Parts: sequence; structure tokens; C-alpha cells
Amino acid sequence: MNVAQHPGTDQVWDWLSQVPDPEIPVISLTDLGIIRDVAWADDTLVVTVTPTYSGCPATSIINLDIETALRAHGIDKLRLERQLSPPWTTDWITEEGRDKLRAYGIAPPIDGTAADGRLAGRIARLAGSSNLTIACPRCGSTKTEKLSQFGSTPCKASYRCTDCLEPFDYFKCI
Amino acid sequence: MAEVANIDRTAFAEWLQRVGDNALILGHRVSEWCGHAPALEEDIALANTALDLIGQCQLWLGLAAEVEGKGRTADQLAFLRDAGAFHNLLLVERPNGDFGVTLMRQFLFDAFHIELLRALVKSTDSRVAEIAAKAEKEVAYHLERSADLVIRLGDGSAESRARMDKALKSLWAYTGEMFLDDAIDQAVAETGIAPLPSSLKAAWEATVNAVLAEATLENPGQAWQHKGGKQGIHSEHLGFLLAEMQFLQRAYPGASW
Repeated sequence: MNVAQHPGTDQVWDWLSQVPDPEIPVISLTDLGIIRDVAWADDTLVVTVTPTYSGCPATSIINLDIETALRAHGIDKLRLERQLSPPWTTDWITEEGRDKLRAYGIAPPIDGTAADGRLAGRIARLAGSSNLTIACPRCGSTKTEKLSQFGSTPCKASYRCTDCLEPFDYFKCI
Repeated sequence: MAEVANIDRTAFAEWLQRVGDNALILGHRVSEWCGHAPALEEDIALANTALDLIGQCQLWLGLAAEVEGKGRTADQLAFLRDAGAFHNLLLVERPNGDFGVTLMRQFLFDAFHIELLRALVKSTDSRVAEIAAKAEKEVAYHLERSADLVIRLGDGSAESRARMDKALKSLWAYTGEMFLDDAIDQAVAETGIAPLPSSLKAAWEATVNAVLAEATLENPGQAWQHKGGKQGIHSEHLGFLLAEMQFLQRAYPGASW
């Protein structure tokens, strides 16, 4: 393939926007904000991916899914690179991605509320329920309570709505 | 990637193993709860904490292998070293005990871990700083969760309080090792790669004292302390842990799936 025949990077971004996240298939890898760069290095396509959580079991599946999707579009020379810095943040989840999460039953992250591990000054408020007001993705009520800091995947916490009584996942801010 | 010049690579590689081994051994310990925790939410939370730690361990041991330059991989470091070549703190190899012991161990370590990572974000080695920045965000959640539960169970029923008090007393003698400086710590501190462990103690104590006070638990204070894990002198518990963790690679060398 010579340079003139390369699919443009915009085209590649568009293809990647159709690759679903393996654990939350309603959002795509680009919605999640984990594709950091797409570039051609001579005749090799280099896709730079940042991991969500360092131990997320979906990471290797995501890489496999990217390869599979791009090969299906005729890209045969492909290299995936891992980029740790700057570390992934939920701030990079797109607006469209947040709407899709909510519609799927997962409360999207509230930006700027990541745990910082600085406990002094709020020890008394630490125990028990969350300090965040998170709207139930099902009924919209803000009468919700935290069940656990960790939910069905590392990126989510478990909450419960005290109005409609349904448990739900909150995509926590990181 | 910026590398620090004039660092003794052997010392740097061993220091990286210390950080990685803490994450690996505690991650494995916590994973032993999978399917056994007292409530479904806790089972999931413990498994996710273990996953974070094992993910961090892959990054640290990957860098350790790279710095060492002997062609080994993170997996080989994890699965093919014997107990004497592990450099984790004795605290993280302590058996799980009951849920209270597991949580207290997690809290005492998390409060140290967050301070270490926060300092490493400013490391003169950019690779160390990058891994620390990633891990710090995850460990902030670990600390909030373990502190929350230590408070709730300490300031809880008579039974839960008694168990947390017992857990604290049994683990306290393993906390001093976190803040001991040796020649390897000195070597990495001199090049600005990492802080001296002793420099983290005041911040750790502030967190621990605040949480214990809210949990109505008494700080055990001055007590005789165990040491040696960082230098490869371990309790008998590590051998049993490794026997389980390393079984597959020992029995079927090179097996993968």
C-alpha cells in the first residue's frame, strides 16, 4: 500500500467509534476516551491506547477488538502502543457516551469528584453513605445511597435508589 | 522515556521489585476472598481491589525487568522467583484472617501506599512517575473504602469492635517495616527516584490516628516491630502463598492461554 492509498486517520477514528467497549457495549472505545492517537508511521498504522484501570481485564480484549476491527477494514500493518501518561480520566468520556451510559442504566461520572485519598478534615463524613448526589438513572430521583465503592467492574461503584428501590451502577470519577 | 543517570541499576531494579511485590502479594491475598466475602458487594469490591493491585504489579515488575536488563519478564519475576527473592513487606503476606483482619491490613497498607505513590509522582524517573500517577488514583479509592469500613466496624457492634481491635493489635507489629530505610532506599533516594521510606511516616500516622480515633480504636503505640521482608527474609506464610500462586507455571513451565 503506498501513502496515497492509506485510509485517512479521520476514517480510522470513525471505524474505532464503532468498536464497542467489551464490558459496557453501549459505548464505544472513542466514547470512553481511551484512544489517544491514530497515526501512520510509513505504511504502519499506529493506534495509541491508554488503559482505564491498570488491572482492568478488558484491556487485552480491547486491544484484540481494535485489531480485529481494523483488519476487517483492510489494515494489515498495525501496531498498538500503550500510553500511561497522562493517566486516563473519566473526564474524557464524551457527552454522547454519558447519555448512552444513562440510557443503559449506569449513572455517568460527576466530573471533579474523584477520590483523592486525602481523608483529613472529612473523616467524620467518610463512614456510611456517599457525599455525592447521584441521580438514579432509572427514575431520576436523587435519593440514592452508596452500597460499595466498587461495583461490577473496577470503574463502577454500587448504588441504590431509595425511591424506586433499584440498585444501579455509578461510573465513578477517576 | 527519561532515565536517571548514575543510578546503580541493581539497586533500582530491586527497589522496583519491592514496590511491585507489595502490590502482587497483597493483590493475591485479597483475591483469596473471591467467592468467600461476607456479602456480594464486598466480594466484588475485594476482587476489584485485587485486580487494581495486580495490574499495578504488572507495570512495576515490567519496569523492574526492563531496568534489570537480564531478559526476564514481569510474569517470570512473579511466577519463577522463590520466597527469598521476594522483597515485599511482611505486612502484605499476613494471612487474611477474618474480614476485620483483611480490612485492617488493607487500611494500614493503603495509608502508606497513597503517600508513597504521591511522592513517586514527582520521581526523577519519568517511567516511575507515570506508573505512580496511574496507581495513585486507584489507591485513593482503596484507602477511602478501607478507612470507611474500619470506622464503621470499629465504631460498630461490640462484636465488630472487638474484632477490629484484635486485628489492629495483631498487625501493628508489621507496620514499622514500612518506614525503615536501608542501603537500597538510600541509593534510589539520592537520585530522586523515590522518597526515603522514613519520610512518609508522619503523614501515615496522621491518617491512621484520625481514622482510628473515629473508629474508637486505640493506637497500640510503641511496640516491638518485625522486619526483613524487603531484604527477602519472610514469614512461613509467603511460601504457602507462592505454592498456590506459582503452581501452574512450576508444574507446566511456559504454559499460557
